[in-house]
Amino acid sequence: MTMADQSMEPVEGAGARAERLRVFLVDDHAMFRAGVRAELGAHVEVVGEASTVAEAVNRIAATVPDVVLLDVHMPDGGGRAVLEAMRRTHPQVKFLALSVSDAAEDVIGLIRAGARGYVTKTISPDELTAAIRRVADGDAVFSPRLAGFVLDAFAARPDAPVADPELDQLTNREREVLRLLARGYAYKEIAKELFISIKTVETHVSNVLRKLQMSNRYELSRWAADRRLV
Amino acid sequence: MAAGVAAGIAEHLGISVLRVRVAFMVLLGLSGLGLLLYAAFWAVVPLRPGDTSVPPRRDVGQLLPFVAIGLGVLLMQVIVFDSIGAAGTAGWLVAIIAVGAGVIWHQSAPERRRQWGESLAVPWLGAVVEESDRRAFVLRFIGGGVLVAVGIIGVAAVYSPAQNLDAVINGIIFAFVGLAGVGVVAAPVLWRTYNQLRSEREGRIREQERAELAAMVHDQVLHTLALIQRNASDVKTVQRLARGQERSLRNWLYKPTASPTERFAAALEQAAAEVEDTFAITVEAVVVGDRETDERVGALVAAAREALVNAARHAGVQTVSLYAEVEPDQVSVFVRDRGKGFDPDTVEDHRHGVRGSIIGRMKRHGGRAEIRSGPGEGTEIRLILPTSRDSSAERDR
Repeated sequence: MTMADQSMEPVEGAGARAERLRVFLVDDHAMFRAGVRAELGAHVEVVGEASTVAEAVNRIAATVPDVVLLDVHMPDGGGRAVLEAMRRTHPQVKFLALSVSDAAEDVIGLIRAGARGYVTKTISPDELTAAIRRVADGDAVFSPRLAGFVLDAFAARPDAPVADPELDQLTNREREVLRLLARGYAYKEIAKELFISIKTVETHVSNVLRKLQMSNRYELSRWAADRRLV
Repeated sequence: MAAGVAAGIAEHLGISVLRVRVAFMVLLGLSGLGLLLYAAFWAVVPLRPGDTSVPPRRDVGQLLPFVAIGLGVLLMQVIVFDSIGAAGTAGWLVAIIAVGAGVIWHQSAPERRRQWGESLAVPWLGAVVEESDRRAFVLRFIGGGVLVAVGIIGVAAVYSPAQNLDAVINGIIFAFVGLAGVGVVAAPVLWRTYNQLRSEREGRIREQERAELAAMVHDQVLHTLALIQRNASDVKTVQRLARGQERSLRNWLYKPTASPTERFAAALEQAAAEVEDTFAITVEAVVVGDRETDERVGALVAAAREALVNAARHAGVQTVSLYAEVEPDQVSVFVRDRGKGFDPDTVEDHRHGVRGSIIGRMKRHGGRAEIRSGPGEGTEIRLILPTSRDSSAERDR
């Protein structure tokens, strides 16, 4: 019932995977962790959970999961603190941000710190599983709202000087893909609409993610600074 | 007399101002000791807030009789004791210093004091701690101190043999030691008072914010929770209530309030909220860019609302996507659902809203509407309104 059923669908052939994905949950609400664990249990292996930043850092280092579902808002620094502690020591662990807020500005700090994507907590189990798979495969997961936010942040403005065209501007194709994401299209539908392969769509989204993480565009740093994220 | 010292002392001691003033006058007769004391009190007393309370209104005219008495006493001293020597000179010296200081004080203080009196319940406290006037206060304090010191030095110089420079230097040293002492004693009190007032002000602001939050929670959240409990068996109603409350909380937390009658994004979001409320569905609204509304943009919003209503009514799904983008030369809106869909060729048979309220309305305002749908494929309605460059130049969010 959220953006996810429009932007994602279970990846074909995912069930044929030999080993189940190892997933770790970080959230300060025990009820929510229990719910996710129950929902995901059939599809992935939940190898551990943590409710605080320190706990998360210790246990993720011990279990080395494939994907960490990371709550944005937590005491003592939130998901960002976990990301910063883990990125250097365990670069192979992928992070998917999970937030109750759909204000994309809230998530920009986590994306900038290295998260591969962002979904809201109202996401359905199937969609969450699909998102986890996508992130585990090294692709990015964008909600419509995040796509809209990126379009806004990278809008061509006369007053925004472009320091690095490679990073500070979106290509027309990337813009098209983001627009379709924001309109609620799934990757498959985007591929059909633009006459490209799903893999190409994923590449475009991953490139946008990289730009979102690396660019020093004024809007990005400002939003991040406003929320004391950078 | 000049600085309200007599009144302050009188209030503190619980006797009438007149008596204090008369006492000063009498002391004035003793080689000007009254004025000297007065000047000393004046410099020190404001530093100890408990001791002083400046009368709310003071009239310069009131002082004249006392000045006359003081002069009379001095005159008597000169005539009766025929001693226009050292003591008399000292008295005059001090009197001149005090009057000069009083004049300066009178010119600077009254209107400011009134100002403080209006903004603060305790005028003298305001005078002491008001942040913007702290410099003025320090200046006055130093000025008063210097005047007192000069007075003391003058007295010392007059009483001691003129040639004895040591006495003068001693006088200076003692004067400054005295001043330093006053400063050391007064500083902590002053600082504490200032901090206290600041924390009180911060507390007031916090309290205000808390009250605002409490009012919001009470008016909206508790009300919604009560309604949800009452309608617990009706899933649709519960969903609608929860969604509406969620939206209102989000707006309250994250969004700067813009008027739907002025801004495009706000108008579109309001339309989406109305559809959500009416049909108990979720509209995933994403708006990129913003602009002011006019008649044509208003028509676009109305058409978009109609498209949302159509999706809510006929698609049979819980979620509808709404995407709008403001570009320099056009505004576009996309409404998409993954519901039943329909054959656009048969649209006039059962969907008057689509032809009249969406396609027709867009055409009338120089825009266009496209409908993409097919049975089982969901529906997307695309609304595009070309705009002139100058009127839509702004793209602030």
